[in-house]
Amino acid sequence: MRRRNILKLIVLVLAVAAAVALSIPKLSNPTSGIPLGLDLRGGVHLVLQAQPGANGKPITKDDMDKAKAIIAKRVNELGVSEPVVQADYQKDRIIVDLAGIKDPNKAVEVLKTTAQLTIRDPKGKILMQGDELKDAQASQDPSQGYVVNLTFTPAGAQKFAAITKEYLGQRIGIYLDNRVLTDPKVNVVIPNGQAEITGYSTLQDAANDAVLMRSGALPVSMTIAEKREVGASLGVDSLHRSINAGIYGLAFIFLFMLVFYRLPGVVADFSLIVYALIVLWVLWLFHAVLTLEGIAGFILSIGMAVDFNIIIYERVKEEIRLGKSLRAAVESGFSRAFITVIDAHVTTLITAVTLYVLGTGTIQGFALTLGIGILASLFTAITFTRTVLRWVVGINPQTNTRWYGVRREA
Amino acid sequence: MGRKDVNRRTGKVGPGNGAREGNSPQARNGRTETDGRPELSVEIAQSGQSGRKDGSKVPAGSRVSGQGTVAPTPAAQGASYEQVQKMHPLYFNIVKKRYIWFALSLLVIIPGVISLFTRGLNLGIDFQGGTMLDITFNKPTTQGAITRTLDSVGLSGSVQPSNGNKEVLIRTQALDEQTRNKLLAALQSQVGPYDAGKLQEDKVSPEIGQELTHNALLALGIAMGLMLLYITIRFQFSYAISGIIALVHDVLVTLGVFSLFHWQIDAPFVAAILTIFGYSINDTVVIFDRIRENEAKMKRGDSYEDMVDKSVWQTMRRSINTVVTVLIALFSVFILGGASTKVFALAMLIGVFSGAYSSIFNASQILVEIKTRLSDSPKGKPSRARA
Repeated sequence: MRRRNILKLIVLVLAVAAAVALSIPKLSNPTSGIPLGLDLRGGVHLVLQAQPGANGKPITKDDMDKAKAIIAKRVNELGVSEPVVQADYQKDRIIVDLAGIKDPNKAVEVLKTTAQLTIRDPKGKILMQGDELKDAQASQDPSQGYVVNLTFTPAGAQKFAAITKEYLGQRIGIYLDNRVLTDPKVNVVIPNGQAEITGYSTLQDAANDAVLMRSGALPVSMTIAEKREVGASLGVDSLHRSINAGIYGLAFIFLFMLVFYRLPGVVADFSLIVYALIVLWVLWLFHAVLTLEGIAGFILSIGMAVDFNIIIYERVKEEIRLGKSLRAAVESGFSRAFITVIDAHVTTLITAVTLYVLGTGTIQGFALTLGIGILASLFTAITFTRTVLRWVVGINPQTNTRWYGVRREA
Repeated sequence: MGRKDVNRRTGKVGPGNGAREGNSPQARNGRTETDGRPELSVEIAQSGQSGRKDGSKVPAGSRVSGQGTVAPTPAAQGASYEQVQKMHPLYFNIVKKRYIWFALSLLVIIPGVISLFTRGLNLGIDFQGGTMLDITFNKPTTQGAITRTLDSVGLSGSVQPSNGNKEVLIRTQALDEQTRNKLLAALQSQVGPYDAGKLQEDKVSPEIGQELTHNALLALGIAMGLMLLYITIRFQFSYAISGIIALVHDVLVTLGVFSLFHWQIDAPFVAAILTIFGYSINDTVVIFDRIRENEAKMKRGDSYEDMVDKSVWQTMRRSINTVVTVLIALFSVFILGGASTKVFALAMLIGVFSGAYSSIFNASQILVEIKTRLSDSPKGKPSRARA
């Protein structure tokens, strides 16, 4: 019994040490590890608000899709790894996150300008403006594969007829701002303003281009409603400070638990390491972006995770004082304290969920780590801490209770 | 959970441990043990303290076993009031002195609330909208130089130098990109070159700011409602009300202190207030949980006040230690963490500290007030002890 428990504990300590050693390089890998938010590596966060046109036309979902497609296309050109472009249809907003961008000023400049669609000759001379294009839709043509169908306004149809006549057999370019979107060859003269661009390999490709072509006559202009820019070295600085804060916080909590709870304190500290690993792996699994507030939430959740241990150990101490054997005290301490722990932490969980649902950006990051932290500490306390404490008690149930921080004489 | 379950469970565990014989505290303390259970006499001797004059009266609530010992197993009965008092060297009757604690709380809250109404909170750009630029210049500069530069591009705002006058925090109205670039160019030419890698800029339009304020209030309302509901379900309505009053106390203390010192608040402050909300009730629940447990064990004639006082002291160590670990975590974020988490950590520090105070000194005391005022005989046992 005794020897087996010692062996189990040794194996466990080694296993956790190995897990830590393996996890740290994996989780902190800049490309495949937990992604860092722009406040930790520099970058810019933009909320672009669509403004209704002068004619007072309401903004449609299609407008927002167009805007999003253009912005996404431009963002991709900036060469940012893992950019985020989201549309908020209810509030007519586009949210852009560019973490780790080298030149945020240029990025903002590029994103701000409105897209201009033009049709140009092979030399790049502008032949007609995109606002004479009425519609562009992707579809599947039975004989031609995936295509984009263009419809011009009556005036545009006339111009387009002239263009196709002049450049028959040549390639004309469809440009978004100064970039070629596609350059189809003119096969026939198109007199009625109904053209078809063929040769797309997937419907998605055709749809992407179609949306951008439609956007040429985009009625919405965008203003910057929110902008958060963090310089690269400032981000790195914040990351180091946060890691430092985490290490010192953890070290002092470790020390506190050791002094007050002795042997179970060691178990608690050990459980904290397992807890931290679980939280970080869950964050990694969810592709959650770690922000400055997220780290603050994580450090705070470490402080709260110990709560479980304290509540349980105080209960175990009480049971020992009431004359129970160590083993019985641990068993009933755990089962009694469990209800307390659940009641106490459901309330914090309610907060985390409320914050996550109603919060935005940085607050959500905080709520996520806090929420995952609470669930993970519950899990660790029931499974890990309990089992390890059983083994420890199993080594020698006669252990002096001083090791458990209890003086018997009271 | 009723105590009958507990008895049964501990009964099952009890016989299994032969190890008890050697280090049983009762044996060492010279108490007699029958059947592995403490004698009733111990129980009664102590209960004289707790309001019952007649020591010989067998409490109606306890069961008499065949062996002549009354009282359930030690774990189910828990420590007596006197034992709990002896265990804490600093013991004093917290419940009896409750009006002192209420007064102390009001002493902090009233100035804070007056300040909230007269001066309000120092709202940052996250709430009001505006642009905030944090610029680190290569050489130290002066506040005047920055203000003059702002003037030269037709802007006004607050300028706050720090870090040996090298770092400057500028707050203005929300700037469009053109004006912003003009300002940065002007700063570069009139004040000197700055480190682009350390530039931080936050711009929030007034509309977004209003949304944040609205969402914050909504989140507070929803969280409060959900907690009231949860505690009512898990405990009783009177517990829930007491807990929520303690919560409002913590939020008012934090808001009040921030208003009094006119510290600027931003979006993370909302997260801090809500976390205080969730965490401070957590503390209170730990005590309430013990009151609930002890309330179920109360016998006829037991004083509710004494029971609560006992419960508060029984959980004192937990209450303090759980808060200490969280305070350790917060202090490390406050001292070592990044600038933007400082306000968050500060608010949390105040809130968690206040939460610990209100959990120990206010919440249970309010519960006593409610319970004793609602029942006809103030010292009597409340009608609804949960089984």
